[in-house]
Amino acid sequence: MTDERLMPVSSLRRAMIRPELGAICGVILVFAFFLMVAGDSGMFAPAGFQNWLVVSAQFAIIAVGACLLMIAGEFDLSVGSMIGFAGVIAAILTVQWGWPAWLAILVTFAVCIGLGAINGLLVIRTGLPSFIVTLAFLYILRGLTIWLSILTTRQTIIGGVREAAEGDWLAALFGGVIFKGFFQWLGDVGLIDTFTRGARAGQPVVEGVPMLIVWAIGLIIFGHWLLAKTRFGNWIFASGGDAQAARYVGVPVNRVKVLMFMFTAFCATVFAMCQVMEFGSAAADRGLLKEFEAIICVVIGGALLTGGYGSVIGAALGALIFGVVQQGLFFAGAESSLFRVFLGTILILAVIMNTYIRRLITGER
Amino acid sequence: MTAPIIEMRNIEKHFGPVIALGGVSFDVRPGECHCLLGDNGAGKSTFIKTMSGVHKPSRGTMVVEGQEVVFDSPRDAMAAGIATVYQDLAMIPLMSVTRNFWMGREPEKGFGPFKTIDFAKANEVTMREMARMGINLREPEQAVGTLSGGERQTVAIARAVYFGAKVLILDEPTSALGVRQTANVLATIDQVRKAGIGIVFITHNVRHAMAVGDRFTVLNRGKTLGTAVRGEITAEALQDLMAGGQELAVLESSLGGTV
Ligand SMILES: Nc1ncnc2c1ncn2[C@@H]1O[C@H](COP(=O)(O)OP(=O)(O)O)[C@@H](O)[C@H]1O
Ligand SMILES: [Mg+2]
Repeated sequence: MTDERLMPVSSLRRAMIRPELGAICGVILVFAFFLMVAGDSGMFAPAGFQNWLVVSAQFAIIAVGACLLMIAGEFDLSVGSMIGFAGVIAAILTVQWGWPAWLAILVTFAVCIGLGAINGLLVIRTGLPSFIVTLAFLYILRGLTIWLSILTTRQTIIGGVREAAEGDWLAALFGGVIFKGFFQWLGDVGLIDTFTRGARAGQPVVEGVPMLIVWAIGLIIFGHWLLAKTRFGNWIFASGGDAQAARYVGVPVNRVKVLMFMFTAFCATVFAMCQVMEFGSAAADRGLLKEFEAIICVVIGGALLTGGYGSVIGAALGALIFGVVQQGLFFAGAESSLFRVFLGTILILAVIMNTYIRRLITGER
Repeated sequence: MTAPIIEMRNIEKHFGPVIALGGVSFDVRPGECHCLLGDNGAGKSTFIKTMSGVHKPSRGTMVVEGQEVVFDSPRDAMAAGIATVYQDLAMIPLMSVTRNFWMGREPEKGFGPFKTIDFAKANEVTMREMARMGINLREPEQAVGTLSGGERQTVAIARAVYFGAKVLILDEPTSALGVRQTANVLATIDQVRKAGIGIVFITHNVRHAMAVGDRFTVLNRGKTLGTAVRGEITAEALQDLMAGGQELAVLESSLGGTV
């Protein structure tokens, strides 16, 4: 009963119809472009490498959360505000209240994940679009952050976190680097440059792999595994693809969605903790516009805004494109405001391409 | 004659002042296809939603394998072996056939928190069950969206059968299909019936019903006019009952017998 009019689908075309296709092409294009215009600027030397990798990793951390949430059929516009909020809470607890850093970090995670759950429950209970509910939280959290910060310290920047967190085991998971010895060895044998003067003379220019990158890679692997390989991942697709059909076969759609809101909040908090440890301070305006950047990474990565389709690997590639272009324009000496122009353009292109791919998959004839 | 798997006795369903069902009795036996016919708005969907646990009857009793039951949710009905294939929300087009087939009941391998879907098994079973229904998939990873409407119905039917349905309710499975796809779905119904499953086939197309039905019950404005057995009733008589007898007779004479 197979339809003999059905053309055999070539394996090439089959390989092409996948969410990551656009992002893979994008990565190739972006690298080719910057190798040409900024190849000798140091962008592809070890220190330059680290520079754009760190920026890409920042995008990737929040993109993984946004990706799973979008595939589950929802948005979270409060990610940026959550980043500012988490940082300020952790800083107040350690610096102002004198809590040990590990306790402050754990409490911050608990509070933020709890807020993520409230986001999710509100969306589920009210039946309102998550766009509206989380837009409200975008304002509420940002306002609370500034108010709390000024209330406790009379300013919107809280410093002294690095000193307060010195030697803390949990804080070390968010700041600092790993594989220090390996990079020292790379420097010693001359594979990467070493500082020739100053206090750090003899040390390699790249100290090690920043924890930020470790978190990004960890979250990407976890997110991809969860989505593509597990039963829960199938429920994520189903919840976003058609919630009613999913409910009918017994998928706990509400639980899936609330958990994804919590995971998004977790990712935002990881981002915030890494940033606080890196800068040694928290500021109430951190994370501005991050929610949109995360969503753009996810869309460049091939996910559909309507839910039910996408890939974590794609979102990670979207984050890589983002980081390379943002830093690449800097290395190429271009006007950095052009970055926004690029973003808008690539967003439109990605959405057009995704719509086309969707038509190929669903065979909307 | 075998005993019915499910028996609905004098089912009434009121939506506020609207009496959608005014005392309908109906039963299904293993290995038979019992057609439920009726015009639009006759109450067919309301009736099978009662049977599948979506609605609770306002009055009347349901008996499954000799035991009186009350379903609080579709899950209860599914646990009792009553599977429903709704025309519109059966499948998720962007997901693969395998992912759809196993949705909510994915087979797993591995230990503790590291369990993953056993895709080798899932794909193999999906291909086999679809082949049994006469559909040879190109590959189990192909998206359901690439299948025709009839093939989608068949995935849903194959899924229900594989997961142990005793009664399979099909709500207008053929109403949106072309001739050839309809033939395929009717063939699938025949196949499922031979496996000993009782089928409730809802349609407003008399020809589709006559093609596979063993018994026929006609609903008209929330009431049943009794059940007829195959061979004891003609297509014309069924058509007549559906439209409420008298009215159609008048209409038919004015149209010169073209209805
Ligand atoms: N949830 C509901 N609330 C109020 N009235 C309903 C509801 N569901 C169905 N009805 C009414 O019950 C009657 C039967 O509808 P339905 O069972 O869908 O008919 P059919 O499937 O035979 O076309 C219609 O008059 C319809 O308006
Ligand atoms: Mg109906």
